Amino acid sequence: MNVSVTIPATSLAARVARVAAIAAKHADRVDVEGRFPHEAVDAMRTERLLGIQIPEVIGGEGATITEIAELCSIIAQSCAASAMIFAMHHIKLSSLVEHGLESGWHTEFMRRVAADQLLLGSATTEGGIGGNLRNSICAIAVEGDRCILEKDATVISYGAHADAILITSRSHADAAPSDQVMTVFLKDQYTLDRTHVWDTLGMRGTCSDGFLFKGEAPAEQIFTKPFAEIAAQSMLATSHLLWSGVWYGIAADAVARAQNFVRAAARRTPGQTPPGALRLAEVSNLLQMVKSNVVAGLKAYEDAKSDPDKLSSMGFAVAMNNVKIGSSEMILTIINHAMLICGIMGYKNGTPYSLGRHLRDAHSAQLMISNDRILGNSSTMLLVHKQDTSLVG
Amino acid sequence: MNETIRGLLTKLGGLPVSLDQLADDADLYAAGLSSFASVQLMLGIEEAFDIEFPDNLLNRKSFASIAAIEKTVQSIIDAREAA
Repeated sequence: MNVSVTIPATSLAARVARVAAIAAKHADRVDVEGRFPHEAVDAMRTERLLGIQIPEVIGGEGATITEIAELCSIIAQSCAASAMIFAMHHIKLSSLVEHGLESGWHTEFMRRVAADQLLLGSATTEGGIGGNLRNSICAIAVEGDRCILEKDATVISYGAHADAILITSRSHADAAPSDQVMTVFLKDQYTLDRTHVWDTLGMRGTCSDGFLFKGEAPAEQIFTKPFAEIAAQSMLATSHLLWSGVWYGIAADAVARAQNFVRAAARRTPGQTPPGALRLAEVSNLLQMVKSNVVAGLKAYEDAKSDPDKLSSMGFAVAMNNVKIGSSEMILTIINHAMLICGIMGYKNGTPYSLGRHLRDAHSAQLMISNDRILGNSSTMLLVHKQDTSLVG
Repeated sequence: MNETIRGLLTKLGGLPVSLDQLADDADLYAAGLSSFASVQLMLGIEEAFDIEFPDNLLNRKSFASIAAIEKTVQSIIDAREAA
């Protein structure tokens, strides 16, 4: 079947700007009501941004992770929850693009994602594993050409709104907890029973409820590559980089609001430097450090991308962990600085300088894969891996 | 070398299966070798053979099986002797 698709003939920048404008309009309601940002996600579909990472030969646009990180940042400057959904979708898509092209089923599925603008969800968290996504308790059962899986997934971001879910499990009933596979299940191949409601401090629109997942599908939907390799070679890096793109966007908007506040004060009192001006200079410096950190991480990923050995090396893993730790910690300092600049106008909701939503959304950054776990992981690797001391290498 | 590596794996690998049942080419990660245990194993091997793993060999492939570890260690020893 030949599906004709009209791709809006404009640049990614113009397309994402339209998504961001729609996301901005609904961001406060999405946050207050803790509801899925339908308008923004529909706009992503209209602008055909959900398939851009897929290679052109199967209907996508071959966008790089660097380009997608930029889109994450732009959407996050309007609505962090919408941007995080966009980021998580593309993190799942990167597993398909990097590890699914050798499989006929996964290639056809990517064609469908691009054509129908399907939204991909992720179920890597499970009750009882203590947050370590590289371990599973549940096991997939393969019977003939079918596979069956039941998982107590304590978090599936926008699970109820996804068109397909990529889910991890042990590879068979007797497998070790770390011997995992990932499987794609389409919406009509699973049921979800809600077990936890996502009522949180921030990132409320991601609707990351917990579910009991029950699915059955053709066994060819299981990725042939072990999940350990998918995690090491694409998921770890793309997660830290695209999340950091979102976090940078939250912080950048906070700084923009603080700057507007200082400039408004300066215009009211010509000849006098407003009290917040010095702090603005300081926070501009901090924002630049986050930006440099993320950009360096993106460059390291694009450089290592074609070399599986480099991607699964300790040096690369430590570098990506450092990107995540650095950006997730620094944005809190930045938003707090912006709040000091804007004062009560930043603290209050509903002003042009409000920063409450930014601050609450930003607090999720240190927790989505706990920084303590990541530091522990890096500290183990640094027992054998010698820190790279070159400046630009 | 094989015996030393097997000895270190028993002590540091934390594997749920007995080493006797593990072939030289068996996938250690599938057998349950965690990333923490793999680093402990690397440290044990560095100490036992008085070597240091260069960063380009610190990846999953170098430690994927007992045979792969042997090959990795041997390549480091060979490089040292050639120098």
